[in-house]
Parts: sequence; structure tokens; C-alpha cells
Amino acid sequence: MAYRRQPSRAQIRRERMEELVLYPLDWLEERSGLVGGIRYFLFRKVPGDINWMQTLGSAALTAFLVQAITGVILAMYYKPTPTDAYPSIQNITDHVTLGWMVRGMHRWGASVFIILMFLHMGRVFLFGAYKYPRELNWIVGVLILAMGMMEGFTGYLLPWDQTAYWATVVGINLNGTAPFLGPFLAQFLRGGQEIGADTLTRFYSLHMLLIPGGIMGLIGLHLYLVIRLGVTSPPWSREAAGAEHAEEEPVDLRPGLTRPVPRGIAAAQAEPGGSE
Amino acid sequence: MEPKQPAPDQPEQESLHEEIHLPPPTLWPLGFAIGIVVVLVGLIINPVLISSIGGAIAIVFAALWARDATAELRGRPISVEPERRDLRPAGEGETAAPADQQGAALPEPEPGERFPRSRFLEGATLGLGGLIGGIITVPIAGFAVLPSFLGQKRHEVDLGPLSTFPEGDWYIATFMTDPSQGEVSRRTAFVRNNGVFQNEPSFTIISNRCAHLGCPVQANGPSGQILGKKTVSEHTANGQVTLLPVVPAGFGCPCHGGQYDTEGNRTAGPPVRALDRYSFEVRNGRLILLSTFSVSHVDGSGAQAQIHKYRLAGPGEHVDGPEQWFYPLQPPHH
Repeated sequence: MAYRRQPSRAQIRRERMEELVLYPLDWLEERSGLVGGIRYFLFRKVPGDINWMQTLGSAALTAFLVQAITGVILAMYYKPTPTDAYPSIQNITDHVTLGWMVRGMHRWGASVFIILMFLHMGRVFLFGAYKYPRELNWIVGVLILAMGMMEGFTGYLLPWDQTAYWATVVGINLNGTAPFLGPFLAQFLRGGQEIGADTLTRFYSLHMLLIPGGIMGLIGLHLYLVIRLGVTSPPWSREAAGAEHAEEEPVDLRPGLTRPVPRGIAAAQAEPGGSE
Repeated sequence: MEPKQPAPDQPEQESLHEEIHLPPPTLWPLGFAIGIVVVLVGLIINPVLISSIGGAIAIVFAALWARDATAELRGRPISVEPERRDLRPAGEGETAAPADQQGAALPEPEPGERFPRSRFLEGATLGLGGLIGGIITVPIAGFAVLPSFLGQKRHEVDLGPLSTFPEGDWYIATFMTDPSQGEVSRRTAFVRNNGVFQNEPSFTIISNRCAHLGCPVQANGPSGQILGKKTVSEHTANGQVTLLPVVPAGFGCPCHGGQYDTEGNRTAGPPVRALDRYSFEVRNGRLILLSTFSVSHVDGSGAQAQIHKYRLAGPGEHVDGPEQWFYPLQPPHH
């Protein structure tokens, strides 16, 4: 039997602290499997040669979460009626503590969200990541983009100033010029034949309940497909092009984001003997 | 990455012999609950009498419950009726096989065998679920969509007595179509009295809604005090109605540059037709606007104008030419 040193007091304390932290996690894991699920989601194996461009999707997701959180808080102060909407916006901007900042985050974050979605889309297109078997995820992404733009359209009315009002008049009438059903779509959006109180509450409901709910569902589907199908290598990837070693040597794959293998070894093994 | 091997389980001997701390089964909570119900009912019917009775019941049963629950603490033995099972007789010199090692209670189903009952239950679950979903969804969808189309009110607008409109003068009239909605229903029209034509008063009343995408068309020309005419402001059934004198050379839209002449004909820019107009009537010497209609173009001007009139269409929709076939149906409008 090997000789074991008595653990020092500091060691014992550290072990106790670890136990203290792990106990609730173990409790949760035993009853739900959630900890394992989250580990499975966050610490997936990804190709070794992915790059920063592949973080644009997560960036867009973060922008959406910022919109969701700031929007929930703005809804605590905003009043969607023709007489109160603009004064409540003024109140948020000028009087509520840090209201100017949360409103600013929501207002500018909206553009950030759309821009990041476009950049993400461009990355997916240029990397060919929309090809088999990921076509469905491209379609889901396009739906998210469309719903993001609907968020922009419905949210633009809410400040209820001249810009908001007339931009919405023009936007609704643009929809109305669609052939055949356009006039009906315009009247549905208006909630009647003229823009008024019903239009504002309707846009508010669409903006903060219906469309975000749809986007969240689609983001769930989008992420499910990303996890199921995996992340694509960039088009210049040697492994993806069928370079040798790639299949035999799983060393190329990072074991996880937390513990990367030394890149030098992986790179040396991926190099097919200096053929180029 | 090596998966962590869990340490081999150490059977905890003590736990097997742990005492069972079961509170004895008791019916007292039932009585306590009844007492509370009586108290609550009494609060509505007779707070003094019935609530007191309820309170007494609750207190008595609560005390009995507490006595039972603390029996162990007070060192009294708990008597729990043991569960009884009949012994299965075993053969001579053998013990009965455990339940999970005996033959199956039911024969295994044949491969591919379907049970009519399970198929019926599947169908019933899906069918009933669909039915319930439909019953719930249909009224909700109707509530979301139909109010936009049904029961659209017709709004008449009282612009005041005819005497405020001198013949040949243009006015920018603003009014509320629906004062109950407030300022959000304020609309603008350009009004000119054309005098009497064939024994009928004639007015040119042009809506300021641009025929391109609905922005507010403005009069191109001076307006207000500079003209030396007075601005009329009066309170009618349509809120504060103001009539601002103006001398327009035409009308122009600030959004995308659509231009119109004084009859509302498009002269430049993106609009697809002339400006909409209001129909009107003179009632008790007052000018009443009735409803709006669309106009493809106007020949001539003033009282002699030939107005090519169509049912009201949204901005940007052609009312004549082949493009009109894109808009065969219009939603119900007043």
C-alpha cells in the first residue's frame, strides 16, 4: 500500500468547497440530466481549423438576447396608446434612471442584430455551409432574418413620433401594393381602415409577443440543427478536402473548447508530408 | 480526455438499519380542513356564528392532529398496522421463485400484431386533440383577424357652414374623422368652392393622402396670414375643425416627391394615379364630407371637371390600365 500524506488543512478546505459547489449541480444532474445536456451543448467537438468568422452566429444570438432583455424592461415603462406612447418614451429617455441607456441599447442593438445576421449569412454563404445536409438550416435562418426585419418594422412605430407614424403609413401601404391579397394584408396590419390606437397596440403585441416567440422557436430549431449536423470546416480546410490522416487521427479534432491539444502537434500531423 | 471512472460504490450498512420515521396515519387533518372550509363559508354567510363553529372545529382537530404527530417525540409507541400478504406455498424443500424469474403473465404478442384497442386509443387521442385544438383556435384566429374587416364605421365630417367657403378660394381643412379616437384620427383635405353649377353647389375636395404610399401631400404655395384672409377655427361634431387659406399652384408629397396639379392629377414622381377625393353633400347649409373615392385622372377643372371615379383603393394601387387586375378585391370599407 502506497504511503499517502495526510492532506493539509488547505487541501481539506478546498475539497470541502468543491463539494459545496458540486453538490447542487450533482443534485440537478441526477434529477434532470441538464448539466450533462449543457455540457454536451457547449463543449462539442468542432473542426480544428474553424476561425473567428464562425462566431458571428453566436454574436447574432447575443444581440437577440440583449434585445429581448432590454425590451422586457422597456415594456415596464412604455404605454402603447396614442396619447401616452410618446410621453412615455420621453419619460424613459429623460427621467427613468438609466432609461436613456436601456432604450439606446434596444434602439441601436436592433441594427446590430440585423447587421450581425447579415454577416453570419454571408459567412455561411461564402463557406458553402448552406449545402447538403444543411439546407434546412439555411431556410430556418432566412425565416429568422425575415422575422427580425418584422421586429424592426413593428418596433419602429412604437415611439409614435412623426417619423414613426409616417414610416409605418408608408410601410403598411407598401405591403398593400402586393398583388391580390395586399390590400387585405394592409388592412389587417392597420387593424382597420385607418391607422389609430388599434394599430399601435397591435404592433406592440406583434413586436413583443408574437414575433419574438416565433424567433425564439426558430433559434431553438436552428441550434438543434447546428448541433445535430456539426460545424462546417472552412472551404480551405485540408481535412474537409480529404487530406490524409484526417480520418485516422482524431487528434485533429479539439477535444473541447476548454482543453485544446497543443496546436503544434495537431498541425504537424495534419500536414501531409509537405506535399504543397 | 479520459472519462472519469466513478468510485466503486460503498454499500452503506447503516442506512439499511435506519429507523423509519413515519408519522402514523391519521384522519385528523381531514377534520381540520373541514373546519377551515366552515370558517371561510361563515365569513360570507354569518361571520359570528358559523365562523366560530368552524374555528372551534379547526382548533379541536388541529390539536388532535398535533397530538398524533408528536406522539413519537413524547415517547409513545407508534402502532402501525402491518401489511398482510398470503404466503404462496412452496413445494417440499424449495422456495418460491422470485416474481421476475417466473414466466410472463401474458403471452408475448405475435410480431406485427396490432391491438384494435391501442389503435383506437391512438386515433381517439389525435382526433380529440385536433378537435379541441380546432375549437380553441378558430375563435381566437377570428378574433385576431376579423375585427380589422368587419363593422367598419362610416364617418361623416361636418366642415361648417357654406358661408365660410368663399367661391374660388382654397382652404386646407383639418378635422377628426372619429373624435372618440382623438387626435390620431385627424385628417386633412384641400377644399375649394366652385360656386353653383346646374343649380347644385360644387366643391373640389381633395384628400391629402398621397396616391404613391400614403404620405401627407402638401399644398405648393403660400398659406395663412400672408394671404390677408382669416383662418377659420370652429368646433363641430368632428372636433376642432380648422380652415387655413392657401393659394396652391399644385400639391407635392415630401416623402418621395410625387407632384400633382390643382385637380389632383399626377404631374411628376412615383404616384400611380390622381389624388383621392371626398364625396360631399350640403345639409342645412353646412358642408358635410361623406366618403372617399379614388380617381384615375381628371379632365377639365373646377365645376366642369370630368372626374374618372373608382371605388376607394389603397395608395400605390392602380385603378385603371392592365395593372388594375392585380387588385381585383378590396377589403370591406365604409
